[in-house]
Amino acid sequence: MVEVRLRVNGTAREIDVEPQVSLLDALRERLGMTGTKKGCDQGACGACTVLADGERICSCLALAVQYDGREITTIEGVDHPLQAAFTEHDGFQCGYCTPGQICSAIGMLAEHKAGAPSAVTEELDGDGAELTDDEIRERMSGNLCRCGAYNGIVDAVREVAGP
Amino acid sequence: MSSPHSPGTHAEPGTHPGPAGTRSAGVPAEPAPAAVGRAVDRVDAPAKVTGRARYAAEFPYEDLAWAAFTYATVTRGRITAIDTAAASALPGVIAVITHLDAPRMKPSPKPNPIRSMESMATATSVDYLNTPEVHWNGQPVAVVVAEDPETAAHAAESVAVTYEVLPHSADFAAEERHAVPQRNSVIQHASGTKGDADAALAAAPVSVDLRFTTPRHHHNALEPHATTAVWDGGRLTVHDGTQNIHWLRSQLATKFDVPVGDVRVLAPFVGGGFGGKSMVWPGTILTALAARVTGRPVRAALTREGVYRSVGGRQPSVQRVAIGAERDGGLTALIHTSTAPMGKVGGAPEQITSVARHMYGAEHIRHRQYTLGLDTLSTTNMRAPGESIGSFAMEAAVDELAYELGLDPVELRLRNEPSSNPIDGKPFAHRQLTECFANGASLFGWPARSFEPRSMREGSSLVGWGTAAAYHPAWQLPANVTVRLDARGRALVRCAFHEMGMGTATAQSQIAADALGVPFEAVTVEYGDSGLPTGPGAGGSAQTASVASSLLEACEKLKKSIGTPREGESYAQLLARTGRDHAEAVVGSETRVGKRVGQVRFTAKYLREQRRWMKAACGAHFCEVRVDADTGEARVTRWVAVFDVGRVVNAKTAASQLRGGIVMGIGQALTEQTLLDPRTGRIMNPSLSEYHVPVHADVPRIDVSWLDDPDPTMPLGIVGVGEVGITGVAGAVANALHHATGRRLRDLPLTLEKLL
Repeated sequence: MVEVRLRVNGTAREIDVEPQVSLLDALRERLGMTGTKKGCDQGACGACTVLADGERICSCLALAVQYDGREITTIEGVDHPLQAAFTEHDGFQCGYCTPGQICSAIGMLAEHKAGAPSAVTEELDGDGAELTDDEIRERMSGNLCRCGAYNGIVDAVREVAGP
Repeated sequence: MSSPHSPGTHAEPGTHPGPAGTRSAGVPAEPAPAAVGRAVDRVDAPAKVTGRARYAAEFPYEDLAWAAFTYATVTRGRITAIDTAAASALPGVIAVITHLDAPRMKPSPKPNPIRSMESMATATSVDYLNTPEVHWNGQPVAVVVAEDPETAAHAAESVAVTYEVLPHSADFAAEERHAVPQRNSVIQHASGTKGDADAALAAAPVSVDLRFTTPRHHHNALEPHATTAVWDGGRLTVHDGTQNIHWLRSQLATKFDVPVGDVRVLAPFVGGGFGGKSMVWPGTILTALAARVTGRPVRAALTREGVYRSVGGRQPSVQRVAIGAERDGGLTALIHTSTAPMGKVGGAPEQITSVARHMYGAEHIRHRQYTLGLDTLSTTNMRAPGESIGSFAMEAAVDELAYELGLDPVELRLRNEPSSNPIDGKPFAHRQLTECFANGASLFGWPARSFEPRSMREGSSLVGWGTAAAYHPAWQLPANVTVRLDARGRALVRCAFHEMGMGTATAQSQIAADALGVPFEAVTVEYGDSGLPTGPGAGGSAQTASVASSLLEACEKLKKSIGTPREGESYAQLLARTGRDHAEAVVGSETRVGKRVGQVRFTAKYLREQRRWMKAACGAHFCEVRVDADTGEARVTRWVAVFDVGRVVNAKTAASQLRGGIVMGIGQALTEQTLLDPRTGRIMNPSLSEYHVPVHADVPRIDVSWLDDPDPTMPLGIVGVGEVGITGVAGAVANALHHATGRRLRDLPLTLEKLL
């Protein structure tokens, strides 16, 4: 067992875990925070996306012990205009991918603001790409939604991203 | 583990804890505006955007143990030795259960819809863990229970199994010739004829005769199947991601030989289903077994691979569509046949050729389905079972005929739009397919299309426009409902229906609000709990209309029992004036005899109605694809669809249902296939990395609209929106790809190596 100290949504939490325990399982099964979802457990679906010091990560591909001392934000700690926008634009149906989509979108907006390009960004020098629908789609493609609420998600993200 | 969660108090998660009682503190003075038809937000949105919505694997229990499964690695065989020593020796392992020591469970009843619709819940006839026989590559052969999920998973992989391999075949191509005609059933016509289609085809001046193939598909709901099972003496509580609460409850009662009333199934939220959670699969049963053996609450959350190993998918198919026409495009002959395998141990034959009965007014029609058994896991229903893949072949063949005739594909369809159901002349309850095509063509800009393939190139992109018709029958299932109205104007609707994202709770709240004359916000709906009045399964696009029918009846009963209000008085005010706290009305009986009588009455009325009318949703798809001329990469870049789905209760959630169907159809067209090794029957791509569902970048803006004209024969005029969206989609994409490239691809998925 390894003692791991995390700050989760602003609260210090200590857990004793085996080194092979993923951050996702630590959150869901050790801390009882089930808002973060498990869809594939191998980084293919994005349902487990959380923010680690503000950066989006797949918590299923992260070991809890790697995140000792880090600040983790899960959907339970999110209070963001995206939540109302997802509701307004119906950016979900079953809701299972939603926590990951919202955390991913928060991280993605920060990446964009910091000037990070995506695979569809044409101008790599300058102030960064305009966040067009194509940019949003490309940057959110790590988050699957089998219900197919993609149009609503793009609308929600675009509304919150602003002009 | 966090706070204990008593299984007796789970009404709350399935309740939409709307602002009932807060915003509706007073009795409304004005009649509420109509809620039906408004694009109101989902009642469960707050729970879903904050992570508060709890799915089957998320209910905490003190002393919870974890189960994981060992899956067979042979196609067909017999276990000769099973070594559990290594697994049992791992610290934290509580039990390893195999066929050698598993308590006997009752065999699953053979599916027989005539005797009992509930028998259909049986996913497979295999008595897994009560037999050394292995019937498919992936059958669970051991259950490990451990103190934590990592230990359970590790131990399950440490179980060593030795098999005697038995003769088998999982090779569809090799076995296709052994297919036999599928029998008709009460729920589907596997064959039908009108006139002499073969002679008419031979005599037709213009014809096409084509072979199409479609692969296996898997539902891939984002929430993998999960179960939490708790025994309290002889009583069983199960949290399960099911779209069939009632069937699951009776199946659990059968398997474990306990009274149905002693089983409680809770499914307040289900993370997608699409048919994959309709039947009862081994993971659910074996979790309940593990809980019984260990005396602990047990949870099993299947891995994604575990879902592929133990939950069936859609049948693959080989189809023939042959169409004969006069030179003016009038159809004389229409032949549609299909061959599709099931598992030898169970499966659901899809109504692949049913579109031939309903779509086009050919003088002569013949359709027939053939099935065969393979040594694989059972197949099962997946979104629009039959119509989905059948409409691909039909709509692609119609497009090919249009090009043989030199006719615009929309024009060919309009010329053959029937005035009654083509196979038997039954009147349509409602059919506005012509209007759908007219509106869709106009919205899309179809008239600007050039007829010739490869004629709309833009730079390195070959641009193509395609169209296809959509079609899905309208069904109804029995539903029991209670409604309560109190003197403060608050309404409570109770029914064990399902919320997998369709927006059912929202739609039923809207319907109840209007029927009782209260604001939408004053309605609370309880669902997803077998302790509630028995609801319909979530399938066949039938749930909304089925619940609505009983809900409207209950509201009428309720109002009658309250009395006649004075001018300007609401029913709630009448209750208050006459000193009554509340009134309640019940539709449907929960006794064993009452249920059976109700089912028989419902079925008799339903079949009468079905004989009288042809009821269905339909629609028209228009899409644009762009194909990279050098790499063959195809992208769908624009989509317009117009549907005739009767009355739309909620414009927001209905649009999402229709778009969701189209998105799944785009996956079916371009990327999705479950690859099965024909030698071993083992699924080779059991993951979301290797089975490619559409991602954000694959999905353009999808413009959906509907005619919003109620079907006069359906409750509130509702036809159902869950499945019609996917039908025709793969056909439209295939047709657009032909228009872009000049290539006809008839084998799904339409991947780039086939285009090059």
